[in-house]
Amino acid sequence: MNDVAHLVLADGKVFEGRPFGAAGVTVGEAVFTTTMTGYQEVATDPSYYGQLVVMTAPEIGNVGVNAADSESIDPLDTTRDPGPKLAGFVVRDLSPIASSWRAEETLGAYLARHGVVGISEVDTRSLVRHLRDHGAQNAAMGTAPPDELLRRAQQAPDMNGLDLVQFVTPKRPYAWTEGRGAWAPGAGSPDFQRQERAGSPHVVCLDFGVKRNILRCLVDVGCKVTVVPASTTAAEILAMKPDGVFLSNGPGDPAAVTYAVETVKALLGKVPMFGICLGHQLLGLALGGKTFKLKFGHRGGNQPVKDLASGRIEITTQNHGFCVDLSTLPESVQSTHIHLNDGTSEGLAAPALRAFSVQYHPEAAAGPHDSLYLFDRFRASMLGA
Amino acid sequence: MSKRTDLEKILLIGAGPIVIGQACEFDYSGTQGAKALREEGYDVVLVNSNPATIMTDPEMARRTYVEPLDVATLTAILERERPDAILPTLGGQTALNLALALDRAGVLERLGIEMLGAKPAAIEKVEDRALFKQAMEKIGLSCPKAGVAHSIEEAWAVAKSTGFPSILRPSFTMGGTGGGIAKDETEFEAKVAWALSQSPTHEVLIEESLLGWREFELEVIRDKADNFIVVCSIENIDPMGVHTGDSITVAPAMTLTDREYQRLRDAAKAVMTEIGVETGGSNVQFAVSPYDGRIYVIEMNPRVSRSSALASKATGYPIAKVAAKLAVGYTLDELKNDITGTSAAFEPAIDYVVTKWPRFAFEKFPGADATLGTQMKSVGEVMSIGRTFCESLQKAARSLETARDGFVSLIGRVDYVQLALPRKRRDLGMDAPEHDPPSALPPATPDALRAALTTLVQVPSADRLFYVGDAMRLGITNERLFELTKIDPWFLAQLRRIIDAEQQISSGETGPTQIRRYKRLGFSDRHIATLSGSTEDAVRIARQAAGIRPVFARVDTCAAEFVALTPYMYSTYESQSESLPTSSRKVVILGGGPNRIGQGIEFDYCCVHAASALREQGFETIMVNCNPETVSTDYDTSDRLYFEPLTLEDVLAICDEEEPIGVIVQFGGQTPLKLAVPLEQRGVRLLGTSADAIDRAEDRGRFDQLLTKLSLKRPRSGIAKGAAEALDVADAIGYPVLARPSYVLGGRAMMIAYSRTELEGYVAQIVEAARDAGTTSILVDEFLKDAVEVDVDCVCDGKRAVIGGVMQHIEEAGIHSGDSTSVLPPYSLSPEIVVSIEEQTRMLALELGVIGLMNVQFAIKGGEVYVLEVNPRASRTVPFVSKATGRALAKIAAKLMAGATLDDLGIEDGELPRHVAVKESVFPFSKFPGVDTILGPEMRSTGEVMGIADTFARAFGKAMAACGTPITAPREGERGGRVFISVKDDDKPAATVIARRMRALGFEIVATRGTAAAITRARVPVTVVSKVNEGSPHVVDAIKAGSIAFVINTTLGAREVKDSYSLRRQTLLANIPYFTTIAAGLAACDALEAGRGESSVRVRSLQEWAAGS
Repeated sequence: MNDVAHLVLADGKVFEGRPFGAAGVTVGEAVFTTTMTGYQEVATDPSYYGQLVVMTAPEIGNVGVNAADSESIDPLDTTRDPGPKLAGFVVRDLSPIASSWRAEETLGAYLARHGVVGISEVDTRSLVRHLRDHGAQNAAMGTAPPDELLRRAQQAPDMNGLDLVQFVTPKRPYAWTEGRGAWAPGAGSPDFQRQERAGSPHVVCLDFGVKRNILRCLVDVGCKVTVVPASTTAAEILAMKPDGVFLSNGPGDPAAVTYAVETVKALLGKVPMFGICLGHQLLGLALGGKTFKLKFGHRGGNQPVKDLASGRIEITTQNHGFCVDLSTLPESVQSTHIHLNDGTSEGLAAPALRAFSVQYHPEAAAGPHDSLYLFDRFRASMLGA
Repeated sequence: MSKRTDLEKILLIGAGPIVIGQACEFDYSGTQGAKALREEGYDVVLVNSNPATIMTDPEMARRTYVEPLDVATLTAILERERPDAILPTLGGQTALNLALALDRAGVLERLGIEMLGAKPAAIEKVEDRALFKQAMEKIGLSCPKAGVAHSIEEAWAVAKSTGFPSILRPSFTMGGTGGGIAKDETEFEAKVAWALSQSPTHEVLIEESLLGWREFELEVIRDKADNFIVVCSIENIDPMGVHTGDSITVAPAMTLTDREYQRLRDAAKAVMTEIGVETGGSNVQFAVSPYDGRIYVIEMNPRVSRSSALASKATGYPIAKVAAKLAVGYTLDELKNDITGTSAAFEPAIDYVVTKWPRFAFEKFPGADATLGTQMKSVGEVMSIGRTFCESLQKAARSLETARDGFVSLIGRVDYVQLALPRKRRDLGMDAPEHDPPSALPPATPDALRAALTTLVQVPSADRLFYVGDAMRLGITNERLFELTKIDPWFLAQLRRIIDAEQQISSGETGPTQIRRYKRLGFSDRHIATLSGSTEDAVRIARQAAGIRPVFARVDTCAAEFVALTPYMYSTYESQSESLPTSSRKVVILGGGPNRIGQGIEFDYCCVHAASALREQGFETIMVNCNPETVSTDYDTSDRLYFEPLTLEDVLAICDEEEPIGVIVQFGGQTPLKLAVPLEQRGVRLLGTSADAIDRAEDRGRFDQLLTKLSLKRPRSGIAKGAAEALDVADAIGYPVLARPSYVLGGRAMMIAYSRTELEGYVAQIVEAARDAGTTSILVDEFLKDAVEVDVDCVCDGKRAVIGGVMQHIEEAGIHSGDSTSVLPPYSLSPEIVVSIEEQTRMLALELGVIGLMNVQFAIKGGEVYVLEVNPRASRTVPFVSKATGRALAKIAAKLMAGATLDDLGIEDGELPRHVAVKESVFPFSKFPGVDTILGPEMRSTGEVMGIADTFARAFGKAMAACGTPITAPREGERGGRVFISVKDDDKPAATVIARRMRALGFEIVATRGTAAAITRARVPVTVVSKVNEGSPHVVDAIKAGSIAFVINTTLGAREVKDSYSLRRQTLLANIPYFTTIAAGLAACDALEAGRGESSVRVRSLQEWAAGS
């Protein structure tokens, strides 16, 4: 058995480790996330499509994997977990066992079953420092010799200009009805009851790689949810008589998803809209702004965002490499949230057009629940409140 | 900026003396708080009775009161200072309780003083168990089934609903004092009675047991704008049932899915809001079912705590500093994260594993129940950082300084079979402990060992994790161990990895690739050497030759997302080092490691002073330590911080990396001192006094030559190898003798024997303690009965020596100097004797060539001065002397060690201070039911307080009050309480004097028959009371009935000591002042006489004492 694997960055830097998960070689953009919990949610988040994700948290796999915590969706059978979406998983120390009352299998077995390559015992800290200093970049990893991995890393296409949405969007529409159930925050409280709400607005979700928990949160604020492919046109959407349109998260360069930008443009002003992550970037582009690629992005569960209206700080989950350039937005667009560390765009609103969006992930999974109010805000905007 | 401008003067309350449950973490938080407030321009006034703290350094505040932490004293300080606000959330439970008491007494309202950080209503909601439970239910969180009881009857009623086992938690106590687990009906009543007696409100919460549930803690911060962050999650390896302070804990939590973790975070946030913690740091503890994830809120503290100090060190996020700034109005987003320069409003991400391992001192308390439960028993802790759990755990194990080089086997070192035998059931309160002499380890079969370990791993104890390891080594499966221990299978799986690797090492798999893997699992060179039959040096040299060296990673709060500006580092085996050593002239200061009895905050104080003094001299300072509670491990105390075990391997690696001009080993107590010779042998330069001089003072033979050369007197003495020789030496010297093992700190196993028979009874224990310390030598000295003991600290540059202070002990020689009451300046010695003591001290310092600090202990008997001991290093008394005299000795010493002379620094002999300072010791006896409180040559105090006043009597009175046992005389013309006196024959004349003075003060005297006879002969009225062995009603009944105000009791001889045990124990339970020496009893008379007729408390700050105004 070959128990040595390597990860080689396009700039030639080599890291040694041991293979786990599926055998073979994988190629993608190497990025890191600082989230300390929820490696399974990370592995299954469609926004990581095409990426080799480095976990900064060193002990990974401790609580195994369970179907309920998967963030990816099989449109043909929404009760099924279609498995990880990332291109490869990079960890420092892989747990020998899965220890949780919720665990169904080990992380290694899960990745292997779904054909995803992993590498463990990597000096992830040095790798992260390298990515921080030299920027996110393509890499290849696996049991092939390092020089071959280098060649493949260098041959991989640049993330800039890449439409990855096409690989994760569903082929046809589907309905979504599942909520968070007992896991909804406050579900144990005596005061808590799923609010009987007047009306259940119909939300059409443009699925660029939507996370399961976003749809659950929409259901929990009383929405009737229809999920549609990214290529669905504005006319087709309007024909579905939505009370609101939701623009989902997703992988890749927003500027490359030109068809979606056109769709959003056509919908602006006609129906309330709410976007998350890629959805935020697409709304920004549709409103006339531009996007750019951050050096190494924001990925983690501890990113501080300031709500400019209230002055309050939200600790948020983030996972993005691209960003809306605030200076390119027209005056009619408000910047509602900014990143506390670098001042980049985290939220915008076009009140006249009843559209708003955030760059971060209010649905969390994995991450803190500070920003769930945005789903209520969307509901209110649809009900005209 | 939302900083408050309506506040000018803020009073910060400290935590008082170091006790179990409240250690130097509150010096760390208080120091951070004082610095933060001063930085903001506030006028800071500080009060703390503990002189061994950095926070009470005069430059930390404008005015510093080293005064008792009680309502009367605080009221006097508040009336004098009239601050706008008090900040009580950085001084532990002591400060919080005191603030609440001041509020209840109406003092704060009367003086218009605001309470910052937490409001009284919030504190009460947390401290009152019923209110807390109600609040939790309101927000949909569950608490364990429970009820409050104020009496045994009420307790039985509550137990009906909770069932057994049940958990007992007395209200308003810290460190779980008085708490425990009642396994069944049979032990319920005794434990409830104990718990009630420990609660100041005579209240106990009886709770359903969650034994076996996982335990987690979140360290959180909230600001006034309702911003909320979790700084750190902590998971206990020991499941529920062991006090968090006594649990081995890991950060971040290891066994939670994100959903489960976020549930805890949501709950913690709801708790903060519901309790109404306005601003600052708090912690919330949860129990989580391993079967279905149900969660219970166990408790929350609306203040910074021991775990917030740990969380700060574990993440690099300075909770106390941030809490102080939030208290004066800032919001989190207005503050910066020092380490990265980004915002402080974020949650630290860590890319390593932190392990905290508590340090126990059961060897000091024979007879104490070493089972761990809800009452904290550990005296200190270590923290370690590694990239993986295995590495982190093994580093923590070797940081403990319990002679374990990692997660080692104890088979052959611990008699498991004997240990697993059922214990004799003892009445918790009143039966004197039996001392079982240790026996040689009998060989045991693997089956017997397995059976013993199966029993042992089920009971939480200090070494349980080692027992689990040995159970694995003997073939017990992880599944079985989970059933037995309920330790999460993930932790067991990790321990198994270590055991597997250990077996590979033993079987000779020691090629470079494998060695690298073992190092990544945290194996020390010594451990590898032991397993592979090599030596530490050989393993290190081979490893280095193969290019396997540790790298140093930074603790950066952000898992490398941003560049870290602060050099706070730990070692690990990865590919790149981030230490970036500079080319400055630098000095490494080795810290003191975990707090334990005999080595505590005093040494940390010295290390912190060394760092600041050397910075002043232009050196780059590098601190090495592994104690998370301390100021020394704050990342801005020194220029660079290495959070590392203090072992030869770890220190050498740092020296290789940094190439300092020298290392200071004399400030951190015994821990670094033990490394002096090994470091020097490996080419590391030691600063200050040479290792040879240290050896001259420590080696008995060479020490005798030194004294002979200087014509100084010392008690007759001899060295013996083994028990038989010790008895011969003692016979030759003549009894009484003082016997002890060589090279130990804090008087471990030190004993006074009045006869050959007594020594025969002790000698086996001394031999064993010597073996633990790695020596066979036993020192036997003539014991100078009834001598006065004196301690001197001095500084010396090799050419001139300056006396820092001469301290006279109140207790006669024979009581460990760390436990005795010290008075500076001496209160009853003639000037000629003091001059002679000073002269002898200088001679010794110059002859030894001391560069830095030196401490000498003398005994004075019959006008003669005897040298007992010379320690050419920082002593425990350095902070006390520095506070009492206003001269920072440790700073001066550090500068001398770095090459300055006393002339350069302009240091001359100081004038005798006009005021008097008294240092009184504080003991942990109440935490250890079953332990005798009598003082002896083995040190057992955990901390100290200082009383400072214009006269000895007043200073002594203050010191007693600061210990929590104030002594007060009845008012003029009033009849007061009763004083109980029972003394040994020699003390009877002096006891009559005490009786007469006490009588004049308005007390009634009660005494046992013999003592009463002597008192009657002196024509002082006295009532006779029976000794316990004379039958009821006896003195213990009287104490129980509350009719005794204080106790003076001296005893001699093993039998008498045992007979009077229950008397001392009951006195302790009742929290009555008690004196076990005549000298202390006389001092109490002085204090009472001085306090007569004084209606108000007089307070004065250190700065004023120093100015002599």
